[in-house]
Formats: sequence, C-alpha cells, structure tokens
Amino acid sequence: MIPVVVVCVYLAIIAVIGSVAFRKGKQNTEDFFLANRTIGAMVFFLSIFATNMTAFAILGSSGQAYRQGIGIYGLMASSSGFVIPLTIFFIGTRLWAIGKRFGHQTQVSFFRDRWECSSIGTAIFALSVAMLVPYMIISIMGGGRVLSDISGGRVAYWLGCAVVALVVTMNVFFGGMRGTVWVNIFQTIMFLLFGAVAVAVISHALPGGFGEYISKIAANPKTRYLVTRDRMPERYFWSYTLIPLSSIMFPHMAIMCFAARKVTAFKRTVILYPIAIMAIWLPCIFLGVLGTQTVTGLKNPDGVLLHMLNQYAPVWLAGILGAGIISAVMGSDTHQVLAVSTMFTKDIFAFYGGKDKYGEKGSVYFARAFILVVTAVAYVVALVTPESIFELAVRFAFSGFAAMSPVMIAALFWKRSTKWGALASTLWVAGWLALTWYLQRLSDPMIPKPGQPPVQIFPQLGDLFQRTIANVTIHGFLPVVPMVFGSALLMIIVSLLTRPPSQATIDKYFSFDPANSQPRTEASGLESRGVRAQQQSATGSL
Amino acid sequence: MVVAVYVLHQDFWNWKKAEPLVFGFLPVGLAYQAGYSILAAVMMAVLVKFDWPAHLETIEPEEHSGDKET
Repeated sequence: MIPVVVVCVYLAIIAVIGSVAFRKGKQNTEDFFLANRTIGAMVFFLSIFATNMTAFAILGSSGQAYRQGIGIYGLMASSSGFVIPLTIFFIGTRLWAIGKRFGHQTQVSFFRDRWECSSIGTAIFALSVAMLVPYMIISIMGGGRVLSDISGGRVAYWLGCAVVALVVTMNVFFGGMRGTVWVNIFQTIMFLLFGAVAVAVISHALPGGFGEYISKIAANPKTRYLVTRDRMPERYFWSYTLIPLSSIMFPHMAIMCFAARKVTAFKRTVILYPIAIMAIWLPCIFLGVLGTQTVTGLKNPDGVLLHMLNQYAPVWLAGILGAGIISAVMGSDTHQVLAVSTMFTKDIFAFYGGKDKYGEKGSVYFARAFILVVTAVAYVVALVTPESIFELAVRFAFSGFAAMSPVMIAALFWKRSTKWGALASTLWVAGWLALTWYLQRLSDPMIPKPGQPPVQIFPQLGDLFQRTIANVTIHGFLPVVPMVFGSALLMIIVSLLTRPPSQATIDKYFSFDPANSQPRTEASGLESRGVRAQQQSATGSL
Repeated sequence: MVVAVYVLHQDFWNWKKAEPLVFGFLPVGLAYQAGYSILAAVMMAVLVKFDWPAHLETIEPEEHSGDKET
C-alpha cells in the first residue's frame, strides 16, 4: 500500500496547488482560460510538454516496445521530436501573435473571423470536440488502471478512475489555466525524471548488465526483430511522420499557444522539446524491450514497466515512480478538460449570446459548471465502455487532427484561402475517419498473426486496402497520408474556385504582421472601407 | 536544412542491424534515432538563431480587441 500512499500524497499536492491558483485568479474568462496571457518561458515549456505527454508516453511506449521492439522510438518519438517543435515554431508563434493582436482565445474563433463565416467554424468545432473527448476519457481510464496496478488491485479500477477525475476536476474548476500550468511544472519535472530514475534503479537491481540481455535478444532469431526494425515496413515508418502534425491542431495545444506572455517563450520550448521527448521515451522503450526477458508472457504489455518496478524497485520508490506515471496521465487530461470547457464557453455559449446576457462572471460560472458536467459524463462513460474503443478513437483523433493542419496553415499563411476550401477539407477528414472506422471493424476478423504479412481486405482491389495487426493501410501507407494530402489539395483547389474573404479581412490578418504586409494605397483603403460596410451586413451568413 | 534533417529520419541502412551495441547495450538503430533527437534540437537552435520571427515581438493588441466572436 505504500506506493498508493505516495501517489495519494502527490494527488493531494495537486489539489492544493489548484486551490492556491483559485485565490490568485480574477473573475473573467481571459484570466480563467488563458491566465491573462501571462505565462513565462520556462513555465510555458513545461506546460506545453505536459499537454502533449499522456499515459502513452510511459505505459503505452514501453508496452509497444515489448510487442514491436526498438522501432517504436523512431516511429513515434524522434519523429515527434522533429515535427512538433517545427509546428510550434512556424504555427504556434503566429497563433500567439493573432491571439495577442485580435484577442482570440480558440482556434474556432480565429477561423470564424478569418473566413467571415460562423457555420464553418461550428463544423470545425464539432469535429474537434468529437475527436478530443475520447482522448479525455482514455486519460481517466489510464489513471484508473495505474492506481489499480500499483496497489495490486486493492484500489478498484472504478475508484482509481474516480480519484483521477476528481483531482483533475478540482484543479481545473478552481484554478483554470493558472492552476493547470502550476501543476504542470510539478508534473513535468516528475515524469522527466522518471525515465532516468527507472533505468538507474532497474540496472542496479538486475542480475547481469543491460548489454547481456540485449545481446541475448539479438542472438535469438525469434526475438531479433525486437532490436531491429525487421517487422516494421518502411512505408509505415515514414507514414507516421505525418501523425505529429496533429499536435498543434489539438485544441488544448493551440489554447496554450495563446496563453504565453511573450512570443520569446517559444524559443526555449522548441529547442528543449526533442531532448525532453528523448528523456522520457528512450528509457521507457529500452526497458520495454528488456522486459521481454525479465517479465515474460505478459497478457497486457502496457503494464511491463509497473511489473519491473514491483520486481526491482524499493516499495517507496515504486510509489514515486507511480506518481510520475500518473503525472503524465493527468498533465494532458487537465488541459483537455480545460480546452473542452474553453471551447464550449467561447465558441458556443458566448458566440450564441450567453456572454451578452450573463456577462463575464456568468461566463466563468458556465465554464466551471461545464467542467463538472463533462468530467462526470466522461467518468461514467470510462466505466461502462471498453477501453479498446477509445484506443481506436484516439488513434483516429491523431490522424484527424493531423489532416486538419492544412486548414490552419492556409488560414495563417495563404491570403487566397476561403471558407469553402476549409469546409471541403473538414468534410474530407470527417469522411475518411468514418471510412477508416468502417474498414477497421470490417477487417477485425482477418487480423494476421505476428510475423505474417498484411491481409487484403477486398481481394478484388488488390493491395489498396490491407490490414496489419493494428492498422488498416492504403497501399502500405497509414490512412493519415491520403487524409493529409487530400485535405491540402482540397483546400487549394476549392479555395481557388471560390470567392475569397473581403479585402478588409485579408488586410486585417496580413498587414498587422510586417513580414506579410503590403503597402496600402488610397484606393485600397477606400475599397476596404466600402467592403467593411458590406461585411458588417453579411457577417454570419454561409 | 529542415528537409535534409527530415530525410535523415529514414535510416534504412540500420533497418536490419542490431549491432554494434552503442555504449555496450544500445542497439545501433535505437542509438541512431536518439542521436537524431539531439540533431532535431540543434536544428531548432539554428532556426531560432537565424530565422526567428522577431517582428512578432512588437505585436500589440488591436484597439477594442478582447473576446472575439463573429
């Protein structure tokens, strides 16, 4: 029970931090959702990193490595370490600037204003929420499983889920964004240290050195694939480099970008991000592979690290390390809950007149009430629905958000983009998500065994649609490939075929940025004023 | 530079290799990708130094900006 006690102490600290943040807060939405855009550089980095790290970073990565070997690092970790900082550098900084200049607090608010259209913003909102909520639910499930595993089953799964949901709710309810980022500092340090400590402790306790175990795995033809990428097709490996495009499109990431005090906060973040990913993923994946020799025959490989800690770490240390895992779970869950609340409050409640009727204070009350409701619903759904569904949904969410990145890039960098291009991209993504879901369910009975080649789903179509152990592929590529390229193509083609936004809006978004500004002539100024008058009467129509 | 670093991610020459074990225990494919992560950090440091959008540092709120709803 000592590990559980340590974790409970950790959770109590989290709850206290949230309540301190409450006392520092002001009763307006900019303070509640964005901490008044006052987040400094180091806190910004720690918080953005916590936003992205989930239970998968520690439990899932080691579990996948147990199943598939070292290739998981290159597949997921080093590709994320390359793509995510680039998207933060190019897209995150521009998002910050737009939020600072025009007061936007969500992506949808920006899209609605940028393309002079409320309905397409609502469509993007609906798709974003549909993809984000399963992610939120799976975080609660991950936390419940960790508490149950480290207590040896003494803490029931339902109780573990309830504890995680309650602590996250209290932190967000009372502290808003300020409470969330303060907790993130503590959490990120915990799980950044986790990997190094776990490796040091286990290497000290393990009979024989690491090299002995790895050499043994490499020498056995049946296990050699674990230390190479023999069973990982190159097209699959390359496809995965598109998945991290999803990161900047996750609502909670975009909202974090709006919250930085200065744009210079992004500098440290983009440089440290790949190193931080390595600090967590490298030891977890290495230990996952090692676990195939020390903890054999696991039915649920996602528990391999916890098993190894129970075997090789002192009890109190296993508790601290368990808290590190919970940190990763809760860090992102807190941001997801806050993001969903922000989106409903700003993009629905305020947009449809709630703020005019109830004022800023009323908006904050709505946001808090919404947090209670959404977490309660997520908790109940987490208990009654099989986890496999959410694992699937989260996988789709990554592809879906990645495929929405051309919409954001067009909004920020391409004057000629139109609302119809954005709608076409959104519908393409939604359609592909439905198709992939259908193909996945259809092909579940034909999953090949480990080591066997992919199976054709429709033999008359040849290798067009295939099923591997975990995924549907399109000519060997993950669905994210046609989704991203199709989304970009539709954005371009449909935009060029449709009417652009007014010159006034284009000037607004491209002339405030000196790098993109055009010299204004008297004629264009008059034209802008005339168009602005027309725009005011046309705002809100599709 | 970014494209070159991206291309280096596909280390096909390490695909079937486990040896040599770097530092005596890291399979070469894993060690390469760990080194790639460090390279990514260096690439970002170069971008921050030479391609930083400094003009964004002077952005000020528009008059009457605040809660944006269209």
